Amino acid sequence: MKSIQKKNILHCYVKNHIRYLMSCLLLFTLMLSHSTYASSISKTNITDNGSKQQVSTKQTQLEKIIPQLRVKNFKKKIASIKQLAEIDDPQTIVILEALLNSKLYYQKSDKKVVIINKKNNQYETFSTLNNNAIAIVQKKTLKKITTNNKLRKTIRALLAKKKILNSNLDVRQNALKEILTANDASLLPVLEQAQRQETDKSQQDLLKLAIALIEVHSNNSETRQSAVKRLGNSLYPVAKGKLTKILETDEHGQYIEQDKAVIALAEKAMQRISSKLSLFGNLETLFFGLSLGSVLLLAAIGLSITFGVMGVINMAHGELIMLGAYTTYLVQQLMPNDIGLSLIVAIPAAFIVSGLFGVAIERGVIRHLYGRPLETLLATFGISLLLQQMVRTLISAQNVPVITPSWLSGSLVLNPAFALTYNRIYIFFFALFVFAMLMLILKKTSLGLQVRAVAQNRGMATAMGIKTQWVDSLTFGLGSGVAGVAGVALSQLTNVGPNLGQAYIIDSFMVVVFGGVENLWGTLVAAMTLGITNKFLEPWAGAVMAKIIVLISLIIFIQKRPNGLFPQKGRASGGH
Amino acid sequence: MLLNYLFPHFMHEDTGGKWLISLLIAITLLVVMFNFFIPESSALHIPTYMVTLLGKYLCLALLAIALDLVWGYCGILSLGHGAFFALGGYAMGMYLMRQIGDRGVYGNAELPDFMVFLNWHELPWYWQGFEYFSFTALMIILVPGLLAYVFGWMTFRSRVTGVYLSIMTQALTYALLLAFFRNEMGLGGNNGLTDFKDILGFSLQADGTRIILFTLSALALISGYIASRFIVQSKLGKTVVAIRDAELRTRFIGYKVEDYKLWIFVFSAMLAGIAGALYVPQVGIINPGEFSPLNSIELAIWVAIGGRGTLFGAVIGALLVNYAKTYFTGALPEFWLFALGTLFIVSTLYLPQGIVGLFSQFTNKQQKQSAKHGALQEETT
Repeated sequence: MKSIQKKNILHCYVKNHIRYLMSCLLLFTLMLSHSTYASSISKTNITDNGSKQQVSTKQTQLEKIIPQLRVKNFKKKIASIKQLAEIDDPQTIVILEALLNSKLYYQKSDKKVVIINKKNNQYETFSTLNNNAIAIVQKKTLKKITTNNKLRKTIRALLAKKKILNSNLDVRQNALKEILTANDASLLPVLEQAQRQETDKSQQDLLKLAIALIEVHSNNSETRQSAVKRLGNSLYPVAKGKLTKILETDEHGQYIEQDKAVIALAEKAMQRISSKLSLFGNLETLFFGLSLGSVLLLAAIGLSITFGVMGVINMAHGELIMLGAYTTYLVQQLMPNDIGLSLIVAIPAAFIVSGLFGVAIERGVIRHLYGRPLETLLATFGISLLLQQMVRTLISAQNVPVITPSWLSGSLVLNPAFALTYNRIYIFFFALFVFAMLMLILKKTSLGLQVRAVAQNRGMATAMGIKTQWVDSLTFGLGSGVAGVAGVALSQLTNVGPNLGQAYIIDSFMVVVFGGVENLWGTLVAAMTLGITNKFLEPWAGAVMAKIIVLISLIIFIQKRPNGLFPQKGRASGGH
Repeated sequence: MLLNYLFPHFMHEDTGGKWLISLLIAITLLVVMFNFFIPESSALHIPTYMVTLLGKYLCLALLAIALDLVWGYCGILSLGHGAFFALGGYAMGMYLMRQIGDRGVYGNAELPDFMVFLNWHELPWYWQGFEYFSFTALMIILVPGLLAYVFGWMTFRSRVTGVYLSIMTQALTYALLLAFFRNEMGLGGNNGLTDFKDILGFSLQADGTRIILFTLSALALISGYIASRFIVQSKLGKTVVAIRDAELRTRFIGYKVEDYKLWIFVFSAMLAGIAGALYVPQVGIINPGEFSPLNSIELAIWVAIGGRGTLFGAVIGALLVNYAKTYFTGALPEFWLFALGTLFIVSTLYLPQGIVGLFSQFTNKQQKQSAKHGALQEETT
């Protein structure tokens, strides 16, 4: 009988581990697919620039035209600049910009045209063909290629055109962002041409906006009206700024703008923008709320096992989270060349480290204190102090740097007013995933069955042959391990230091008590509710005040419903 | 026993208390004499900073009594007693701030420095009245008492007990910590209240004032002890112990459990407030750090180490742990948290009755042995 029992428990233990490993694999493949996608994008950028043969013909064209820039006659100079601009080579942009910024010179000795860079009263020269540094020379050996207003204007127009119609998306985007506020009517034909050619969606939106921004200043009333209407469709801050400018009033409260129709349309457009902005603002707050909720869930879910199911107050729970975060740091130290992979390795590692610490705490201290909750609270608090000081002594009293892998950084830009950071998205789903895994373990495995049996009626469970002490240790280890996994996630959001855990302990307890003890679903709902409430209070109450309000409301709520949102019903609740 | 003539009747059984109070009086007298009459060159001279340090310990011991009253006798482990202590301290701090007058850095007679710095133009309403010492003295008791009343009224009425209550008190002090950190609160924000000059016209830097403050702390501790002992020995105290041991039964017998709990909780908060008010002029600063949950939990360990439900045990625990803290944070700063953490674990695992329990176990054994001995003798005769 005994051996069967042992086998059974072992079996389910192994099964749990297999599940865990499989889930890690799943997560891993997900992340891999993301990173390969990113690298494929960068490859396409490189291949954009055409074949080598073309490059060499362009080179000879450049070599032919560049010396012509030295001519004194400005008319001729403009003609050669226009010729230069027609060559499809990124180098022309460099040359034109150098000319615009008075950095294009020629050497008096051999008349060679060079780009210069001033450096401590000396001039460093660069090749016009490939930007390679040539030499550092004295000022007097060079002669500047002069420009005048008309020439500079031509160059600006040419440059804008070249950039806006460039084959490289990055160049196009940057150029457009630059000229968005320039309000240069001469660019209108170029922009319209670009709009016809453009295939990228966000770039097209930007082009539309740029055209509308120019057409707002047109002399034709109808053109202006349609431009104002189009401005109302854009979420870029520039559009809103322009509309605000149109709606400006003088000191008597009269509109400066004379055209009544334009004013009416501008007001409508403004309303549309404001309502959209507030919608996306609310969505963003909701996202931040869910993100905070997922952090709370991660921090509290391990506690809802140890406190909720076992009834053990573990004040060292925060420190088990901290250990998880430090495990991430140590794993990254061990594999500095695979930061992307390190996080995946850290998840099981943190589970094991914190889980082992948890089992040790249960075996060493908590076991002797069952039935004395207040003493358990104090003893585990002592453990939390020991763990903090241990980390301070063994590693460092300062915060340690945990690197964010590339697949977690950056953000998902949905529109100019709404962007979601990847790390928060991942952590949200990770929290749900951990929750689902725990739910599975508790509901579908024999360990879970035994855990629930012991939680409901220890005596009866013992009579049925369950080794309650063994189950206690495993349950505590499980809760602690989950705390460690939470630490891995938190290491991506906050500073990792010895005090990391203390920040979360009160919040986690509040989440568990609010959700109702011995109820994982309650913990989920409570964490999300608290997270979202907190973030929606923040804009008008301030971050600290929001937290205080939430804490006080929680204290009052628990007076009304001492058993939380979802109290345990029936015989199993008989504890109090 | 001769000592009995010196103590009120309800203390006649309280041997530990009698010893403690006699010792406290003796030490106070000795310290004052050694500070005053022995020249500084002598090795026996007690420097003033040491007197202030001792005064600090005495205030903390009073705080420990306050917690022992609710935890040891009523079973309410409040992990937010530091909040009442800090509130009393802030009330005193506000009085001391108003006493600075125009001697601050900005020389504003009406506003404390930090308000001038924040560009405030008038004193907030809750600062009114703190220029009077009598009003301040009232507030030192009333503010912590009121908070305890409101919190206790809500909590005890809805029958939140045990660990839940501990976590809620912890949340309470945490919420206050966050609130007092805000500059908008008008209480000095992060830096708190400091740079005090004088109290009731006596300079806080003067040796005489410091010695008087020390003596006052000792007096407060002794009277706090006697008052607590009186309550514990009274019918109220007996009922409270009954609630600790069997809350449901006491309720079914017909006692209004929540009322008893509430009054003992409020009294305890007031004691904590007084302790805080005496603490602040001696350390010269009060800041939101006093609200930190860690402080309140540490307080629980003083009581646990000394021995719960004895009152004098709390005093012993507070003095011992705080002395150890001063020593270790000076000599071996790395070691202190290890020591404190171990203290928590050892005291809960191996010393459920604290040092006092260890001692009484020892004397009980002796008594039993002598009783056995006596019985044997009786049998033989």
